[in-house]
Amino acid sequence: MTSYLAAGSSVRSWLCTLDHKRIAVLYLFTVTFFFLIGATAAVLMRWELLTPAGNLVTSDTYNRLFTLHGVIMVWFFLIPVVPTVLGNFILPLAIGARDVAFPRLNLASWYIFVSGGLLALYAIVFGGVDTGWTFYTPYSSTYSNSHVMVMAAGIFVAGFASIATGINFIVTVHKLRAPGLTWFRLPLFVWSIYATSIIMVLATPVLAITLVLMMLERGFGVGIFDPHLGGDPLLFQHLFWFYSHPAVYIMILPGMGVVSELVTCFARKRIFGYKVMAVSILSIAGLGFLVWGHHMFVSSQSVYAGLVFSLLSFMVSVPSAIKVFNWIATLHRGSITFATPLLYALGFIALFTIGGLTGVCLATLAVDVHLHDTYFVVAHFHYIMVGGMVMAYLGGMHYWWPKISGRLYPERLARAAAVIIFLGFNLTFFPQFILGYLGMPRRFHTYPQEFHTLNVISTCGAAVLGVGYLLPLVYLTWSFFRGPRAGPNPWNATGLEWQTDSPAPEHNFRETPVVTGPPYDYPPL
Amino acid sequence: MAATTPFRSATQRESANQLGLWTLIATEVLFFGGLFTAYVVYRFTYPAAFAAGSHRLEFWYGTINTAVLLTSSLCMAVGDVMIKHDRRRALQLCLLATALLGLLFLGIKFSEYYHMYREQLVPGINYRAEGPPQMQLFILLYFIMTGLHALHMLIGLGALTWLGWLNHRGRFSSTGHQPVVMVGLYWHFIDCVWVFLYPLLYLIPHLT
Amino acid sequence: MMRLFPQFATLTERLPEASSFAPRVDGIFTGLLIASAVVIVILTALTLTFLIRYRREAKVNRSAVRIATWKLETAWTAGTTLVFLVFFFWGASVYLDIKRVPAAGDADEINVVGRQWMWDIRHPDGRREFNTMHVLVNRPVRLLLSAEDVIHSFFVPAFRLKQDLVPGKTVDAWFKPTRTGVYTLFCAQYCGTEHSAMLGRIIVQSPADYAAWLAGDWKAAAAAARNTDHDLRSSGRRLFQQFGCSVCHDPDAFVHAPSLVGIYGQRVRLSDGTFVRADDQYLHDSILHASRQVVAGYVPMMPSYDGVIPEPDVLELISYLKSITPAPPAAPPAASP
Repeated sequence: MTSYLAAGSSVRSWLCTLDHKRIAVLYLFTVTFFFLIGATAAVLMRWELLTPAGNLVTSDTYNRLFTLHGVIMVWFFLIPVVPTVLGNFILPLAIGARDVAFPRLNLASWYIFVSGGLLALYAIVFGGVDTGWTFYTPYSSTYSNSHVMVMAAGIFVAGFASIATGINFIVTVHKLRAPGLTWFRLPLFVWSIYATSIIMVLATPVLAITLVLMMLERGFGVGIFDPHLGGDPLLFQHLFWFYSHPAVYIMILPGMGVVSELVTCFARKRIFGYKVMAVSILSIAGLGFLVWGHHMFVSSQSVYAGLVFSLLSFMVSVPSAIKVFNWIATLHRGSITFATPLLYALGFIALFTIGGLTGVCLATLAVDVHLHDTYFVVAHFHYIMVGGMVMAYLGGMHYWWPKISGRLYPERLARAAAVIIFLGFNLTFFPQFILGYLGMPRRFHTYPQEFHTLNVISTCGAAVLGVGYLLPLVYLTWSFFRGPRAGPNPWNATGLEWQTDSPAPEHNFRETPVVTGPPYDYPPL
Repeated sequence: MAATTPFRSATQRESANQLGLWTLIATEVLFFGGLFTAYVVYRFTYPAAFAAGSHRLEFWYGTINTAVLLTSSLCMAVGDVMIKHDRRRALQLCLLATALLGLLFLGIKFSEYYHMYREQLVPGINYRAEGPPQMQLFILLYFIMTGLHALHMLIGLGALTWLGWLNHRGRFSSTGHQPVVMVGLYWHFIDCVWVFLYPLLYLIPHLT
Repeated sequence: MMRLFPQFATLTERLPEASSFAPRVDGIFTGLLIASAVVIVILTALTLTFLIRYRREAKVNRSAVRIATWKLETAWTAGTTLVFLVFFFWGASVYLDIKRVPAAGDADEINVVGRQWMWDIRHPDGRREFNTMHVLVNRPVRLLLSAEDVIHSFFVPAFRLKQDLVPGKTVDAWFKPTRTGVYTLFCAQYCGTEHSAMLGRIIVQSPADYAAWLAGDWKAAAAAARNTDHDLRSSGRRLFQQFGCSVCHDPDAFVHAPSLVGIYGQRVRLSDGTFVRADDQYLHDSILHASRQVVAGYVPMMPSYDGVIPEPDVLELISYLKSITPAPPAAPPAASP
C-alpha cells in the first residue's frame, strides 16, 4: 500500500488533499509557524523584563507584544494544536476508519484557519493590538488606538475552523468506529478528542457573538457594553469568559488523552480505572462550562455569584485530581521504559499537578482577591498550558512520529531535550508564583526594584526553555529525511493505528479492522 | 485524487450528515444565545426603556412577517412530504414558494429597517430619538438580533436555490432526498429563532 | 550571602501584613501551601518508587493486583473532595469579611477615582490627593471606587486587597490598616499604555503624624508642587493630562473630540445651529458643564467637571488652552483678550 506521503507530490496534491493525514501535516506547519511568532514575542517580553525600567521597548510596544503573545498562543497554537495535528492524523486510525466523516469540511477548516491567521498577521504587521488577549471593554471598544477590528475578525474567522473541526470529530466518533469498537472500548485519546470537540462546538459560538458585539461597538460608537448608554462592561466579561473558560479545557483535555496513551504504552499496562478516566474527561468538559465567574471574583460581580463559582471550581478540580492518581497507579506493577514520550508524560503529570494545585489556590475566594491579575495567575496557567499541554503535545509527537513520518527520532538527544525543557520551564515559571504573591501585577512593562531578582531568574529560565524547544524542531526535521526507517509498531503498542504501516498508508487499512477487546490490552507481565 | 468515502454505506453517510446538521444547529443556538442573554439582562435592568423601544417598532411589519415565515416553513414541510412520494414537480413548487416567502420576509424586514432609518432610529448612524437613553440599547439589540436572523435567512435562501437546482437535475427521489430534509431542518430552525425574537422584540408593550 | 547580594534579601523578606485581613489571607495560603506540599511529596515519592521498582529490567512481582481497588479510589476521591471543601469554606468565610463593608459611621470614607493613568483620591472634607492616600492606622477606611474611562483595579499587596474600578458604577471596598508605613498601590487591571506607571502610595500614619498632615502639610505640599512649575504652559499641560483632557482632545486620541489647538477666539458652531465665540467664559463653561453647549457634529460624551476641578485649576487650564496654537510660526499668535 502506498504511504500517504508518497501518494502524489505536487503542491496541488497537498493543497487540495482530502486525506486527513495530509491535512494534519498542513495544520502542523501552520501552527508551528504561529508558535514561533508567539514565542518571539515571549522572548522580547522576558528580555525587557530583565530590568525594572522599560528600556528595550516602549510601553506601547510592550503592550502589543503581550497581546500578540496571548492571542497567537491561545487561538492560533494551543487551541488547534492537538486536535488538528494529532487528532486529525490519529483519530481515524485509532478507530479503524478510512478518514473523518466530512473530508471536504476538514480541508475547508484548514483554509478557514489560515484565513483567520492571515487577518491576525495583518493586524500584527500593521502595528498590532494593545488590549491584551482578553479584549476587555471599554478599553477595546472605545479607547484602544490599535488594530482591534482586524484582529478580532481574524479570531472570529478562526473560530469557524474550530467549530468545523469539532463537528467533524463528533460525527466521526459517533458513526465511523470499526466493528466491535464500542464506546467503552475507545482509547482515552479518542475520548479526549471527542469531549474537546463538544466544547469547541458549544463554546466557540459564544466567543464569536461576543467579538461581533465588541466590534460593532467599536465600529459604530454605540454598544451594549457602554456605560454611557446604561450598558455594562461586565456583560462583556461574562460572555467572554463563558467561552474562554471552556477554552482552557480545550487546551488541556487532548493533552490528558495523549498522556493516557503514553503511560499505558511505556508501562505496558492497562490504564488504572478506565471507565473512571473516561467519565472524568466528560465531567471536566461539562463542569468546565459552569465555572467562568472565577475569573471575575474582584470584578464587582455579586458575592453570591462568587460563592457559587468558587464551589464549582473546586468541584471541577476533582476529576482532574483523579486522573493524576490513576496515571500514577498505572505505573504500579508495570514494566517501565524511559523512552522520550514517557519523559514528556511524566513531566506533564508533575507540572499539571503543580498547575492544578495553584489553580485550587486561585479558586479559594479570599486568596484570589490577593492573587488575581498578578504573576501568580500567569505562572498557574503557564504550568497548565505549557508545562502541561505543550509537553503532552511533544510527547505525542514523539510517540506517533514513526506513524507520521515513517522514521525514528534520535532517542538520546530527544531525552536530553525533554529534560532541558522541563528544567528550563520550572526555572522560568516557578519564580513567577513568588512574584505574584509578593504583588507584582500582570501586564506590567516596568516594575519596582524589589521584583528584580526573581525576574532575572525567570528570564534565564526562558533562555534555557527556548533552546529546549528549538531542539525537537531541528532533530525531528532532520530525522524526517535521515532518521532510521520505522516499522509498523516500533513501540509494540496496542491501538489500531499501530496495526498498519509506518508511515500510515493512504487509505489507512487494507481491511477494516475488527475490535474484540478493551483498549491497552497488554499481555500480563 | 478520487475522494474515497470514509463511509461503508449510504445509510451510514446519511446518518452522519444528519448528526452533523444537528450539531451545527446546536452551535447556532449558542450563537444566538449570547444575544438573547444580553437581551434578558438588559430587559430586567431597564424594563421601561425596553417597553419604550418596543413601542417604536412597527408591530404590523413584525406580525405579518411572522405569518409569512411560518407559512414558508409549512411549504417546506409539504415539499418534504411531496418528495417522499416521488413528486418532483410538487417539490419544486414548494421550494419556490418557500423561497418567495423568504424573500417577502426579507423585503418586509428591510423596508422596516428603512422606515426606522427615516425615523432616525438607527444607533451609530442617525440615532436621535427622545426617550430614556437605554432605549438605544433595545434598538441596537433589535437591529443586531434581526440582522443576524436575516443573514441566516439569506444563507437559507441560497440553500433553497441549490436544492431547486439539484431537483431540476432530477437528483431527488423518494429513497434519496436527504439534502431536502437537511435544508428543511435548517429552515425550520431559522423559523424557530424568529418565533422567539418576535415576542421579545415586538410584543412587550402588548403584554405589560 | 545577604551582604554580597542585597537583592537576595527581598526573596526572603515576606510581604508585610498591613491590614486586618492580611494575616487571615496569609493563613489560608499557608494552609494551601502545606496541603499542596504534602500532596506533591506523596505523589512524587510514589511515582519515583514505581519508576525505579518497576523499570523494565527489574525482576519483581508484576501480577495483577487482586484487591478491590474501588475502596481505594473512593477514599482518594472523597479525601480530595473533603480537603477542597475545607478550603472552599475557609476562603469563602474570609472573603465574606473582606466584602462586608462597614457602615458609614464606623469607617472613614474616601472616594477613589481611577483614570488613565492616575489615582484621584478625595477625602470627605474636600482634601484631594493624587496618587497618594493618607490614612490613620487602625481606623477602618471605606473606599468608594469609580473609574472615569476604562476598568482599573485598586490593588495594595500589603493589605491583600484588590477591587476593580468599573466605569458607570461606584463600587465599595474597605480595609483596616494595622501597621504604619508606606505601601504600594498598583493598578491591577490592564488599562492602556501607562498601566504599569499607574502607581500610588498608601501612607498609613500614627495619630500624631496624621494630625500633622490634616493640619496643613497637604496644602503646603500641593502648593509646593505647583510652585516648582514656573512655566504656566507646562503646568497647564500637566493639568490637561492629569484631569484626562488629553485622552480625548489630543490630536491622536481615538475618541472623536473637538480639537482644541487654536480654539481660543474661534467661532464655534453648536449642535442647535447657533454660533458662539470661544472666549474665557465659553471655555470655563465647557470644562465644567460640557453638556450645555455641545459642538455641532459631536456626541455629548464629555463628563462634567463641576466640583471636580478646583477653580484655580480651571483658570490654569484656560491659560493653557489660550497658549496652544496651530504649528506654523508664521501663523498669528492666539488672540489676547
